[in-house]
Amino acid sequence: MNELLKAIDLDVEIRMTEGLLHPVRNVSFSLGRGETLGIVGESGCGKSLTSLAVMGLLPRSAARRARHLSLAGQDLLKINKRDMAHLRGNKIAMIFQEPMTSLNPCYSVGNQLVESLHRHGKVGVQEASKRAIYLLERTGITAPASRLKQYPHQLSGGLRQRVMIAMALMCRPEVIIADEPTTALDVTIQAQILGLLAEIQKETGIGMIFISHNLGIVSRIAEKVMVMYAGEVVETGSTVDVFTQPLHPYTQGLLDCIPVPGRTKRGTMLGYISRARCPARWASSEGAPLPAAAPMRSRIAGARPWTYTPSRRAGSIGAS
Amino acid sequence: MPDGMMPEAEILEPAEEVGVSQRTILLRRIVGHKGLLVGTSIVLFFILVALFAPIITRHDPYGQDLYHRLQNPVWYADGDWENPLGTDRMGRDYLTRLIYGSRVSLIIGFSAVAISMVIGCTLGIVGGYFRGRIDMMINYLTTVQLSMPVIIVALAIMSLTKGSFLLVIFIIGFFGWTGFAIVTRSTTQQIRSLDYIVAAQAAGCSNFKIIFSEILPNVLPQVIVVATLGIAGAILAETGLSFLGLGVNPPTPSWGLMVNEGKVFMFTKPWVILFPGILIFLLVYAMNMLGDGLRDIISPEGRN
Amino acid sequence: MLIYIAKRFFLALLVTLTVSIASFFLLHYAGDLALVLAGEGATEEELDTLRHNLGLDRPVIEQYIVWFGNVVQGDFGESIYSGQNVSTMIGRRMPTTLKLAGGAFIIALLCGIPLGILSATKPNSWLDRSCLSVAVFGQSMPGFFLGLLLILLFGVKLKIMPISGADSWLHFVMPVIALSVGHIPAIMRLTRHGMIESLESDYIRTALAKGLTSSSVLFKHALRNAVLPVIALSAVTLGHILSGSVITESVFALDGVGLLAYESIRRNDFPVVQTVVFMFCIYFTVLTFASDMLNAFLDPRIRGN
Repeated sequence: MNELLKAIDLDVEIRMTEGLLHPVRNVSFSLGRGETLGIVGESGCGKSLTSLAVMGLLPRSAARRARHLSLAGQDLLKINKRDMAHLRGNKIAMIFQEPMTSLNPCYSVGNQLVESLHRHGKVGVQEASKRAIYLLERTGITAPASRLKQYPHQLSGGLRQRVMIAMALMCRPEVIIADEPTTALDVTIQAQILGLLAEIQKETGIGMIFISHNLGIVSRIAEKVMVMYAGEVVETGSTVDVFTQPLHPYTQGLLDCIPVPGRTKRGTMLGYISRARCPARWASSEGAPLPAAAPMRSRIAGARPWTYTPSRRAGSIGAS
Repeated sequence: MPDGMMPEAEILEPAEEVGVSQRTILLRRIVGHKGLLVGTSIVLFFILVALFAPIITRHDPYGQDLYHRLQNPVWYADGDWENPLGTDRMGRDYLTRLIYGSRVSLIIGFSAVAISMVIGCTLGIVGGYFRGRIDMMINYLTTVQLSMPVIIVALAIMSLTKGSFLLVIFIIGFFGWTGFAIVTRSTTQQIRSLDYIVAAQAAGCSNFKIIFSEILPNVLPQVIVVATLGIAGAILAETGLSFLGLGVNPPTPSWGLMVNEGKVFMFTKPWVILFPGILIFLLVYAMNMLGDGLRDIISPEGRN
Repeated sequence: MLIYIAKRFFLALLVTLTVSIASFFLLHYAGDLALVLAGEGATEEELDTLRHNLGLDRPVIEQYIVWFGNVVQGDFGESIYSGQNVSTMIGRRMPTTLKLAGGAFIIALLCGIPLGILSATKPNSWLDRSCLSVAVFGQSMPGFFLGLLLILLFGVKLKIMPISGADSWLHFVMPVIALSVGHIPAIMRLTRHGMIESLESDYIRTALAKGLTSSSVLFKHALRNAVLPVIALSAVTLGHILSGSVITESVFALDGVGLLAYESIRRNDFPVVQTVVFMFCIYFTVLTFASDMLNAFLDPRIRGN
């Protein structure tokens, strides 16, 4: 099997004073070499938590459960913390959304780039710097050698994100998770970063998970897509199929929200996702009624969103 | 279900709204915070003792009785329940002086902090609100105050003036405003830059009105926290001054003064310093627990 | 960066001058020095003569300028009480106070910072809560009472420590403990607060995602950012410890500058008091300046500009 990263029925449970929260439920996916899986959904649907769960970076109050979770054949469920730390940054890397705050302001760019290589391998200082310079250049940063000595506050947001990408690639990981890497950047830089990621993937055969709430971006970069809503996967399949023929009303709803230049007539109302269908998942997974001590101002009690997860087996599509 | 078929979309009716008011949350947090409850009860206890002192003990804390000087407490063979903790050098009932000592500590603590609060909040709000040169001046004043060796200057002043109850309050209050100033200044600055304040000014709202209706209520929670912790500090300051003989004057029943007076006996009769010392510790401890508890309630950090 | 240093230095000078003038004025207007020295029974004439001799009848600002002029030349005057040269008196007692204050400072840091780091790694755990309880304990204990308790317990009951004098390092154990306990809580809390905030930052998430070891994350990344405000607090703490030596030295009969200050204050030995105030003020500003410099050095955002 060409499976680099595989998850079956991934669950995240968070213990809060008000009760148990299940922000991620029954999420399954697989990622092969050279593939890009897009995860889309609105804010709060659990996409970031899913990736943190895979990385083993959940907060202390959260617990992860799954029937299966493996990276390049290695079982991530049975692994201990130290071995997991060996894998992070090494075999699986992550890029985050906020480039402005993701780098330590007290250390130079070079220091932060080189430290992951030092951590995971016995590489000399010279070699590490060379790789750092190479990657900085590869990510489109000018004058890479002098950047090593610079500090994060001296770089713009776009540059910092490129540094983050370079940092993620230092140890030649097999999987990279990009959590909304372009959301905090302006549109022109967005396009450049996307192009960069696509290039790198073609060149290295790295598997990529691309998380975004922006359907347009995901459709450009991912072959497979997974639509998440309220912690569950509501639809999954190839990007082309899911976006041209969505089976789930939520996906349809998301697509309806996007105005299409030329097609959407002026003055018509854009689609929206009705809140009546979007309760927060405060109840236990059995659907018990909400506990009385809920901190939010108002919430709709009891209702479960109905979920329908159509599967698109290869060759089963009728009209296309 | 066959592929390609879309199930009916049910529009779910919103069930009953589960709402919890802010007040209930606050009350629940208060009741759940053990430290706050313990601290508040102990402080209340001391306040009650101070208020009802004349009823609790019928001795006069200033009443000298030189025939009965240095009596031993009850647990000695020659002690009796008339003076459960014995008498001091001047024949005054020790227990009574301890009880009235709570009045001294509480009054000085609260009054001194009141003075600090007025000075500090005024300076902090004015500096944070008007910014510019005024703010620079006030910042400078704060730095100067923080750089002053307060203990020494206070001691020196007390020494030159031969001390008095009011003067102790004034000195401690006068030198303790920086905490209030710093906290109110940063909060005022934050609020000041909010859009609705600018809008209010544009609409012709006077600065005075803005400060009173917008800034003060928002500054209040933090000021309360600083005040309770400040009272703890003020009580410690007074006992320290009195211990050095430069605080309130005898015969005022201050716990610090009692430790000072009892020092000479401490090797043979340790309780003479132990009781007042422990009472100081207990009251200050309770005050600190209260302040910390309030701080946790107002801005819970790291609580899940 | 140089402009930053220059600005801070100028500010420090200005503050020192202001504090010195302010305390001079405060002391002069607080009470009549002549009356206090001469005693209650002195006549108006005697008081006037005394005032004239001490130069107290000149305008206060002139008195200050005269005093300051002498100070700049290294002349701190003579003690009214003993007639000795003030600088000699202070110089003789300085080592004792420095040992006491230095020891207390080191203990405060050695206890406060690690406890703060420890409690930040598991916020709201029983470990964290016990550390915080200990902190409140230390904050609430009056320094002089703790000193007396230590004397009673270790000096008298257990007889393992000497209770007065400053001959050997053993003499300093109890005073150092008494002086440091009150300051450990603030350092511990600030370290804890800074570490908790630091550990919640995005760059820690990045460090964890890179698979760095937990000690690397804790010490190299989190602590480096958390320690900046602690440095400023340490400077203030050392200043307070120095001032607090007044009480500790009195309780333990250590012949240091603090005890000298206390005794001079009680004797209204004005030249000594004024010099001690000035000296402490210089300490405070030097310490603040040093911590500013250290901060600037450690924080590249300030350094780079």
